[in-house]
Amino acid sequence: MNSVIKGASYILAHTPDMVFYNGTTQTTEKIVNPESEYLKEVPNNLRTYEQAMKYWPNQTYIGNVHPEELAEVEFPWYDKNKEDADRYGKYGEIMPQEEFLLLVQASDMFDVVKLEKGFVAAHKEAFAADPIISEDIVARVQEGVELSEIEHFVNEEHAEGLYHDAKLVGCVKRAHDIDANLSAHVMHENLMSKATSVLALLYAVRNAGISKEDVEYVVDCAEEACGDMNQRGGGNFAKAAAEVAGLSNATGSDARGFCAAPTHAVIEAAALVKSGAYKCVVVTSGGCTAKLGMNGKDHLKKGLPILEDCLGGFAVVITENDGESAEIDLDMLGRHTVGTGSAPQAVIGSLVTSSLDKHGMKITDIDKYSPEMQNPDITKPAGAGDVPLANYKMIGALAVKRGELEKKDLATFPAQHGLTGWAPTQGHIPSGVPYIGFAAEDIKAGKIKNAMIIGKGSLFLGRMTNLFDGVSFVMHANTGAEEAQAGVSEEEVKGLIAKAMKDFAETLMAAE
Amino acid sequence: MAILEGKKAIIIGDRDGVPGPAIAECVQTAGAEVVFSSTECFV
Amino acid sequence: MDLENQKRVKEFADEYGPENLVVILGAAEGEAAGLAAETVTAGDPTFAGPLTGVELGLKTYHVCEEEMKAEFDEAVYDEQVGMMEMVLDVDDIASEMQSIRDQFCKY
Repeated sequence: MNSVIKGASYILAHTPDMVFYNGTTQTTEKIVNPESEYLKEVPNNLRTYEQAMKYWPNQTYIGNVHPEELAEVEFPWYDKNKEDADRYGKYGEIMPQEEFLLLVQASDMFDVVKLEKGFVAAHKEAFAADPIISEDIVARVQEGVELSEIEHFVNEEHAEGLYHDAKLVGCVKRAHDIDANLSAHVMHENLMSKATSVLALLYAVRNAGISKEDVEYVVDCAEEACGDMNQRGGGNFAKAAAEVAGLSNATGSDARGFCAAPTHAVIEAAALVKSGAYKCVVVTSGGCTAKLGMNGKDHLKKGLPILEDCLGGFAVVITENDGESAEIDLDMLGRHTVGTGSAPQAVIGSLVTSSLDKHGMKITDIDKYSPEMQNPDITKPAGAGDVPLANYKMIGALAVKRGELEKKDLATFPAQHGLTGWAPTQGHIPSGVPYIGFAAEDIKAGKIKNAMIIGKGSLFLGRMTNLFDGVSFVMHANTGAEEAQAGVSEEEVKGLIAKAMKDFAETLMAAE
Repeated sequence: MAILEGKKAIIIGDRDGVPGPAIAECVQTAGAEVVFSSTECFV
Repeated sequence: MDLENQKRVKEFADEYGPENLVVILGAAEGEAAGLAAETVTAGDPTFAGPLTGVELGLKTYHVCEEEMKAEFDEAVYDEQVGMMEMVLDVDDIASEMQSIRDQFCKY
């Protein structure tokens, strides 16, 4: 039996100060144009927590708004608030920066994160009041140190500053004096990924209705690398985050593959469960500081605030078939192979139609496609277009080429079989997976019968290959009930044996 | 007059548009030498 | 345009001579195509890369423009790029590219 999606979580951490200090667009600008107007303008164009929290796409990400409802909101979205917005949603939350920094410190096992005493005192109560933050995590928050100590580390020892409201409130120290892979920059990046993954894991366990002890294996699918100078990508963010999240029975490993990694990881997890290797596997990922403010220059040029001000995280709980939850069909996988090439039609064909052809299905037989769900409010002003829409046009165009869709229906294909993008441009975070939560619910409720999740990855950015990559899988309604019907009951077996005996007796009598 | 024949071609593809290697396949048929092919990613 | 790509374009212009180069783009949007085209003709408009202030004036086209299609093997183009004509706003891309060429192309 196929394994099922037992639950999913989606979380954001609003980190506006990291946009300026850690986003690569800004850090690159500091190197090539330290006196630029853009750098001066960034701090004046960051959103407050309220603004980021009330942002429609963010409310969609944490589950308070269905993508169909978002599609009804007049575009653009950056200048509109969802009035009854909430920090908490059914899938997760949007954590404010001050509390997130406490979570980062609680996630640090090597005493590299230092927070200023007054800052900790001011925000510890709020942090502890978050219902998902368990006491063991609150207990890991240290009292903090004097500001002078933090200034020393930042000014003299290459520590990365941690800022809130543009004030220095802490730092991430380097974990080694010489090893570049343990530098403060790398430690900062990795700890932010880890802490957001921890938050995603906590919500995933809650949302799936399982206990922390049930989790046997965790797969991390972020895009960071942790290790030292002798093993740069040594890894296991998965186990590191599981430890802080209190998943005491779990081990894990990391899956990497740029933005395609989450879909690879879900397929691997589903296979691990279906094979019987583990009963409960969680796929998790934290966010990426480097991509904060990635398109900030274009946003400011067009009079928008910096919209890439949140780290994203998600987790998906995959378990043995429970007879009701949406299944991951391992017989319906798409994959871009070494030989596929990079022609867009070949890419989409390998990802979308190869698995459909196997089952004699048409492109229009899939109710919803979830390729790359980037929020177009972020990408359009940056000249990158509406990425989900472009994907739907390609899938629709392929359907026309295959004679499965009339060319005149191409224009309505995206609305019928697609979704409006809502995910932050955090690389792997928008890639296919943001819809798993909604899809699992909509399938269970009978609103849709199936969905295809597609992850694509730009492997060439790593300069190891010119190849592109991608994989896909199909989620559909639980077939447990059908299988029970198709199976043969004891009564039926008895009846069949009796009939066979009777037939046999009759042949014997006839022979006499 | 041909634009590409005998020229050196630099290809800057786009992951969400037309990727570099797909452009290279076309450009080679027009008699240009592809000296560089790259694919950019904006997301 | 990616800073490393700008560096390579500049190196090739030095090595082969700008008159011998053609830059072919695959951008998804007219605006992005225009920015890339501007980078290799008038210089990096974002003032970030090695082509900042460097007016190479290179000949540049988007792969979906008619001028390019006319030169390609039709079957290869159809297989490699064809479907994207249904996805991209080719007219918008072509007019952006033409406008940049008219203003800044030297060859």
